[in-house]
Amino acid sequence: MTSAVDIARDVRAGARSARDVVETHLSAVAGREAELHAFNLVLADEARAGADEIDRRVAAGEDPGPLAGVPVALKDNLCTRGIPTTCSSRILEGWRPPYDATVVARVRAAGAVVVGKTNMDEFAMGSSTENSAFGPTRNPHDPSRVPGGSSGGSAAAVAAGFASLALGSDTGGSIRQPAALCGVVGVKPTYGLVSRYGLVAFASSLDQVGPFAGSVADAALLLDVIAGHDPADSTSVPRPAPSCSAVLGDGVEGLRIGVVRELLEGIDPEVAARVSAAAAALDAAGAKVEEVGVPATTLALSAYYVLATAEASSNLARYDGARYGLRVAGDDVTAMYGATRAAGFGAEVKRRIMLGTYALSAGYYDAYYGQAQRARTLIIRAFDVAYASYDLLLAPVTPTTAFPLGAKTADPLTMYLSDVCTIPSNLAGHPAISVPYGLGAGGLPIGVQILAPALAETTMFRAAAALERSLA
Amino acid sequence: MTATTATEWEMVVGLEVHCELATATKLFCACRNAFGDEPNTNVCPVCLGLPGSLPVLNRHAVELAMRVGLALHSSVEPSLFHRKNYFYPDMPKDYQVSQYDEPLNVGGWLDLPDGSRVGVTRAHMEEDTGKTTHVGGGGGRIHGADHSLVDYNRAGVPLVEIVSEPDIRSSEQAKAYVNELRAILVAIGASDARMEEGSLRIDANVSLRRPGAEAFGTRAEIKNLNSVRSLGRALEYEVRRQAGRLEAGEPVVQETRHWNEDEGRTSSMRSKEEAYDYRYFPEPDLVPLAPSDEWLAGVRAALPVLPADRRVALAAAAGVAGTDPAVATVVHLGLDDLVLAAVAAGAGGRLALNRAANELAHGAVPDAAAFAGVLRMEGDGRLTATQAKAVLAELVASGGDPEAIAKAKGFEALDGGVVAAAVDAAIAAAPEEWARFVAGEAKVAGFFVGKVMAATAGKADGKAVTALLRERMADR
Repeated sequence: MTSAVDIARDVRAGARSARDVVETHLSAVAGREAELHAFNLVLADEARAGADEIDRRVAAGEDPGPLAGVPVALKDNLCTRGIPTTCSSRILEGWRPPYDATVVARVRAAGAVVVGKTNMDEFAMGSSTENSAFGPTRNPHDPSRVPGGSSGGSAAAVAAGFASLALGSDTGGSIRQPAALCGVVGVKPTYGLVSRYGLVAFASSLDQVGPFAGSVADAALLLDVIAGHDPADSTSVPRPAPSCSAVLGDGVEGLRIGVVRELLEGIDPEVAARVSAAAAALDAAGAKVEEVGVPATTLALSAYYVLATAEASSNLARYDGARYGLRVAGDDVTAMYGATRAAGFGAEVKRRIMLGTYALSAGYYDAYYGQAQRARTLIIRAFDVAYASYDLLLAPVTPTTAFPLGAKTADPLTMYLSDVCTIPSNLAGHPAISVPYGLGAGGLPIGVQILAPALAETTMFRAAAALERSLA
Repeated sequence: MTATTATEWEMVVGLEVHCELATATKLFCACRNAFGDEPNTNVCPVCLGLPGSLPVLNRHAVELAMRVGLALHSSVEPSLFHRKNYFYPDMPKDYQVSQYDEPLNVGGWLDLPDGSRVGVTRAHMEEDTGKTTHVGGGGGRIHGADHSLVDYNRAGVPLVEIVSEPDIRSSEQAKAYVNELRAILVAIGASDARMEEGSLRIDANVSLRRPGAEAFGTRAEIKNLNSVRSLGRALEYEVRRQAGRLEAGEPVVQETRHWNEDEGRTSSMRSKEEAYDYRYFPEPDLVPLAPSDEWLAGVRAALPVLPADRRVALAAAAGVAGTDPAVATVVHLGLDDLVLAAVAAGAGGRLALNRAANELAHGAVPDAAAFAGVLRMEGDGRLTATQAKAVLAELVASGGDPEAIAKAKGFEALDGGVVAAAVDAAIAAAPEEWARFVAGEAKVAGFFVGKVMAATAGKADGKAVTALLRERMADR
């Protein structure tokens, strides 16, 4: 598969047509989409028209931008003007946003060609993409297995060559975990580095948009396009983002990297072995790697399931049938609300709304929401302590390789444990990247995770690139 | 219920006043903040709460809210926005962004024209909801309506909610509080404070206790008070209702009650048990709001002189008590500069206040020098009160020179002897009335003043006539 960096370079130079690029990817879609179901909507006609426009601009001597002609898939919780945005939920049936998300506008402005909206766990709640109202996505490496989630469609689309790049969202690991399970690169940027405007909210204080790519360089290319201040998002970092593409060759000489002891507990040996291999490779490349304890990370999973559900219970209140999306009639307005939400939301979404509502209720707020916020503070402090001695941290992404469809759907708690290694970064607001690092039993991909302090994406990308080179 | 009931109970009232801020745009988006536009024309993804949209705080709204706080002597503090969660169709996100336990303006007070002071608990920022119209069935309420129409033009309009301490003890004081608050809001440019357009809305918390008691009684919250008059009527009604219950040995129920203007009574909306659990939590889409010292100082420096301070200055210049009703009226009419100028030009303070308060409440404001001129002529006895008012009316209507107007109207002071002769003639013609006056029936003076006025074609000064009558009585 041609990399996004190569595609953009060739299209900008007129060496290859964007139309040819998009046809190659649409052929891949035609070949396997029925089997994998990575997309909720394939935008074939729009993609061809978009590619032709890029080619026309190149022919006219214009530069369409750093993503010229690169096919990009968008998670279906990113608003696209005039194009259905479902969050893989029945409740948004028929809704077409009147605006593009900031990240969508930025990739379009950079010359990318949007090929479709990808499947996901409903409202990004899940770790397997089995919670989609439109049926699960399957793992391109083994279609009997899940691609991970919640951005499973985006991960599968890149892994299957349906798109050169994809955007996902990561609230507790929803980019990194499916990236690991599908053998692609996935990045959760620092909270505030990438605009959330137009990302349909799951848990506002944790949500962050980020790239999926076939390589570290491709991920850096996409992140460089979407990162940077957006006045429409009050939580956006108010200064320019440094280029990650520019530092990929800088190496890891002298970097201090800690392997997080707590995040190796309960991890499958074949996954833990790849983390050790990655540690050895970085050490060999000149970094100083050793094990480090970050004890408070063990609080992350429980704190997350209080905070994320609390915010979700409020964020998802607006889907009430009054203004857009699904409406199921009732005798009065309360009955309409009840009937609409009963029919429109899936079981996992309902479970989390109930959990979050309970956590915020009078008399329970301090024991749940308040306590979870205190745990969040402890986690941030624990990372601060670690980053006083280390530039980066190393950890697994997931406890196991991709699991079979249906293996965890009966037990939500087991499913929640899929995100145990990724959640701490969301609670801290820190960046982290999942880099494919070999295969496990059955040829299933294994990823390792590099964690960095806030806004240290460039250091993180230096190590990710070095790790990738060590495989070659 | 008897008329004496209310005097056996002390009314305890706290008011929550919602004030729409006079910004050009809404609190979290760039949509127009305007009353009366075509429904659902001032809307965008943010104020419609569309999926994926995010709020961005309007700096000017914060500035106006800070002005409100400073005018109420509040402490302007670092603050936080929370989400107040409840379902209602006029609230696009099904939560309202409001301030909860860390409001922008903390504490403060409001001084009323009668000299009383009402404490302010807080004045916090929040977004307004849309406006729902329930059609058919249930008397304008959602239950039983055939269908409902929602206008989201108002959704996201910036509000300041001003919460008073339970310091108010009468319906008159409650009305004075609202009137004073409106005057301040208008004076500082924070709001047009038009109750008829809903830019000022009031909820009242009312309870009763025995005079001298320290503990508060159980309160009821009254909603739908759409005018200052409604506020007064509703409080009077609620006092009678609660007193009736208490005297019958029934408890007052803590509940929210709806004022029905047509029926002149309140009715229960929901009890404490049915009250919403709003599940407040910090709004993660906004960052904490902490105005810098420089910003605060700039807002403070730009504040105009407030009505209470204007009353103090005016009363001092006019040589009357600060609680004098004419002082409040003149300030309310915005005529204090005119009165101050007249006093500086030699007019009597009392006279200037009274003439401004009573004769200039409507219509144009006269030229300050001419106003002072009329007052001087009246003060010197060259014009009677009636004549002075006539000259003033002419000045307001057409302008001109007071001396010339008085001359044109033939208002020349009568020779003192003419008036005395007319007084003596009137006494001689009405011995019975004179006997009653001498016996102490002071109001009979009006009879004689009337007779003298008739005899002098209205040119006599009423006060001079009364003084002469007293002289004649003493001289008997």
